[in-house]
Amino acid sequence: MFGELLVTAGVLILLFLGWQLWWNDAIMAGQQSAAASTQSSKWIEEERATRGDAPPPDPADYGDPVVDTSEYGNAEPFAVMYVPRFNSPDTVDSVRTIAQGYGLDVLNSFDLGVGHYPETQMPGEVGNFAIAAHRSAYGGGMHEIEQLQLGDGIFIQTKDGWYTYRFRDFEYVTPDTVDVLAPVPHRPDLQATDRIVTLTTCNPLYSTAERLIAYGVLESWQPLSAGPPAEIAADVARWEQ
Amino acid sequence: MYGALWRILPGPWWLRLLIMLVLAAAAVYALFTWVFPWVDHILNPINVTVE
Repeated sequence: MFGELLVTAGVLILLFLGWQLWWNDAIMAGQQSAAASTQSSKWIEEERATRGDAPPPDPADYGDPVVDTSEYGNAEPFAVMYVPRFNSPDTVDSVRTIAQGYGLDVLNSFDLGVGHYPETQMPGEVGNFAIAAHRSAYGGGMHEIEQLQLGDGIFIQTKDGWYTYRFRDFEYVTPDTVDVLAPVPHRPDLQATDRIVTLTTCNPLYSTAERLIAYGVLESWQPLSAGPPAEIAADVARWEQ
Repeated sequence: MYGALWRILPGPWWLRLLIMLVLAAAAVYALFTWVFPWVDHILNPINVTVE
């Protein structure tokens, strides 16, 4: 009897390790990426259906980035994030759905994974589009964040179009540094003129002592009718199938 | 305790084995879905946001 209890305890601990290292990381990452790919394809399909046979617009006619002004409830998805640098070799597995709010119902979800700070700006808007995701476990949407290099693409897709941000720099801060979310980070007193994206996640890896912040600047915008940016067109074609 | 469970279960040996496997699968599902996330949250309160 006592022996059986000990064996059961051992099996439980092994199961927990398996859950944490395999299920909670690899399986959830796959699920989140697949769900985000489906969401992305749905928007592309819808746009195709509405446009019909009309030719795609001329690049000169794209205009200023369209900013989604809809009100989104907590955990409601409104965008998809794709950072090619986060992919595992020879795969396209770093697509993530961005939902409103940064509670565990978003960050630990099987089909979401990235949370938008509701008080910050929306994709393409002048100011700061700030999002958060796990570094490790629960799908680790920003697991490879430290590998970002100057100029790396951070692609955000919404029902309206594609927003291409370019990674600029990192910052390491304490968890209470909310100023990184300001329209001009660290300068809440200033009026924003740039359109930036801010990624926040935990640091160091497997710890919660600090936060790692990655900033990017909007480079260009194109409507969905123009198709995905050339740089990721092949990847998008892979997840659209 | 597993011996007692085996004796309580009805039917021939293969049916008992099937029931045991189903019970084990249900237990693993419950652990993966509810128990482990809860334990993990207590052991390792993950926080990725600034607030």
